[in-house]
Amino acid sequence: MASVADLLEGKKVCICAGSGGVGKTTTSAAIAAGMAARGLRVAVLTIDPAKRLADSLGLPELGNTERRVDPELFKEAGVETNGGELWAMMLDSKATFDEVVRKHAPDEETRDRILSNRIYQQLSAALAGSQEYMAMEKLFEIWAEDRYDLLVLDTPPSRNALDFLEAPKRLTQFIEGKALQVFMAPTGLAARVAGRGASVMFSVLKRITGVDLLSDLAEFFQAFSGMVGGFRERARRVNELLGDDQTTFLVVCGPQGEPIEEAVYFHRKLVEARLPFGGVIVNKVRYAGEAAGDPEPGELERLLGDAGLAARVEESFRDFRVMAERDARNIEHLAAQMRTRAVIQVPYLDSDVHDLDGLMEINRYLFATGAEEREELAASA
Amino acid sequence: MIAPVPELFDKRLVIVTGKGGVGKSTVALAMGLAAAQRGKRTIVCEVASQEQLSRRFHRAEVGYHEVELEENLWAISIDPDESMREYVLLQLKVRAMRDLLFRSRVFNYLTAATPGLRELVTIGKIWELTLDDRKAKRGQKYDLVIVDAPATGHGVGFLQTPRTFANVARVGPIANQAETLHRFITNHKRTGVAIVSLPEEMPVNETATLERELTSTVGVAVDRILCNGVYPERFAAEEEPVLAGALERAEGAARLAVRAALGERRRATAQREQLARLAAMTEAPVTTLPFIFAPELEREHLLRLGEEIL
Repeated sequence: MASVADLLEGKKVCICAGSGGVGKTTTSAAIAAGMAARGLRVAVLTIDPAKRLADSLGLPELGNTERRVDPELFKEAGVETNGGELWAMMLDSKATFDEVVRKHAPDEETRDRILSNRIYQQLSAALAGSQEYMAMEKLFEIWAEDRYDLLVLDTPPSRNALDFLEAPKRLTQFIEGKALQVFMAPTGLAARVAGRGASVMFSVLKRITGVDLLSDLAEFFQAFSGMVGGFRERARRVNELLGDDQTTFLVVCGPQGEPIEEAVYFHRKLVEARLPFGGVIVNKVRYAGEAAGDPEPGELERLLGDAGLAARVEESFRDFRVMAERDARNIEHLAAQMRTRAVIQVPYLDSDVHDLDGLMEINRYLFATGAEEREELAASA
Repeated sequence: MIAPVPELFDKRLVIVTGKGGVGKSTVALAMGLAAAQRGKRTIVCEVASQEQLSRRFHRAEVGYHEVELEENLWAISIDPDESMREYVLLQLKVRAMRDLLFRSRVFNYLTAATPGLRELVTIGKIWELTLDDRKAKRGQKYDLVIVDAPATGHGVGFLQTPRTFANVARVGPIANQAETLHRFITNHKRTGVAIVSLPEEMPVNETATLERELTSTVGVAVDRILCNGVYPERFAAEEEPVLAGALERAEGAARLAVRAALGERRRATAQREQLARLAAMTEAPVTTLPFIFAPELEREHLLRLGEEIL
């Protein structure tokens, strides 16, 4: 059994990945707060936090730059930070894309051509993996500035956690890809669109797309071609950072069948890509204890002094155990498939997390050391 | 006698949408079952390769072909590459031209690289499924097409694609096609949208935002909000202190039982607050779906959920 503190020992970058709706954002925030409470200077890059949580941490909605979470909040929550600091940033992927274009554009003309291209404006958000890539881009930028002991990245709410891993590849393939070459070659499409030469191929393409779309696309690809070098180099360094010893991936999932299968699949892909896997965090687990049998007959009624209530408690407990047994089975399967002991379980809490107190409550489980403490915690939950 | 079919199911297309992890696929399938049981020829479409339908019905594969799952219920997994191919086949009647295009590397790179094109042709295929006179070979007519839409990662991207393309392309076949698709998904008589949500803070906020964007930005009709996973109200408010008191004294299994009951009561209460927020923050009628206490959802559970949706 591991604690998050063990998993992050000596790490400078922690990437929380997983499919949508499993509590990644809350987990990332909790990990960052927990590490700040251990005296580190931590920044969490998040995509789309719950408004109440963001409000309670005093974070404005946009900005695309890090803000420090008021240390007073830690004091109010009764947490000693030992000089640690918590910074947070909400990622604005469109703004980041614009920044990247500004940075990599070889000259002002290219920059303006891209930023004003209608395909870029309307569709850059839809560009394969652009949001995922921009998250990494921002991560890299902040990492390169070297102002924090630890960066925690909450990955975008993709349909599929894998989108995140494949994003740099897909985006660079797109930027430097064959489509561009096709457009850029002297006899390429761009030339043909511009009216020089005409081929059957082009006239066929025109028939199914329309000439305006084609010329906008040509313009779009052409404008991007000037940035190929910068992009390629940058993507290479981002990939290096992801594979670095000081980086770790924590997979976040829920206890239901599908999120578990997704997590197993994602873990396999991490291993295949030789990316550093740290451990897995399972949220919203229903825990029934090691050897929970039925209560003694009549025991609940004696305790509660109400036969009707006792019957309903029994009914509710039966339902709870059905789910708890499923959760336990799924988690066992998860650990076996991943061949890891680093499985951290966070119970299904009675209420949603929306402030620092809530994050600290989660941290009791994330940072619990040893099986005993964990068992105790689960039993007393 | 056949029961009267309510409004949502009177449409030709129902798009089931919502954030990841809210149970969209389950709800889409439950809806499909319910409609099929009422004699409607129904097809449930998943987008991209989720392979959900296949798993749930223990079928080897629900692929890009329309597969009959049971009486009146069909399924298809819409693959953008196949949709693109079909689109080109429909656009170009001359065989030599198609062959030229399919063999062309330019075409393949272009279709792979153009942002949003995959989404556009996917919606094109959905549209094709709803036609009385199907364009696809051996295509049959459906009374109801239910789409398990991609999770709305950010905003309304997927459903906004046709309008975006219509704007970008301005004139030409793609512009026309995109315009047709946009008119089709915003035709309130034929196309409806159901948003799946959960009785938790984040999903409730997201649902409210999504409904606003879908109705005002995209212009589709949001007919229903389906709130999934709602706990039963097994315990009354005045029983909570009784349970809390008993927890202090209980031991062993009895303690765990009381703890579970107390947890359920608190969750149920928090859920009721979120349901009230959901109702206050959204326009469309909200239907609640019960939390199903079962290891995995089976057909009987889906039928039960389907009944609730009707």
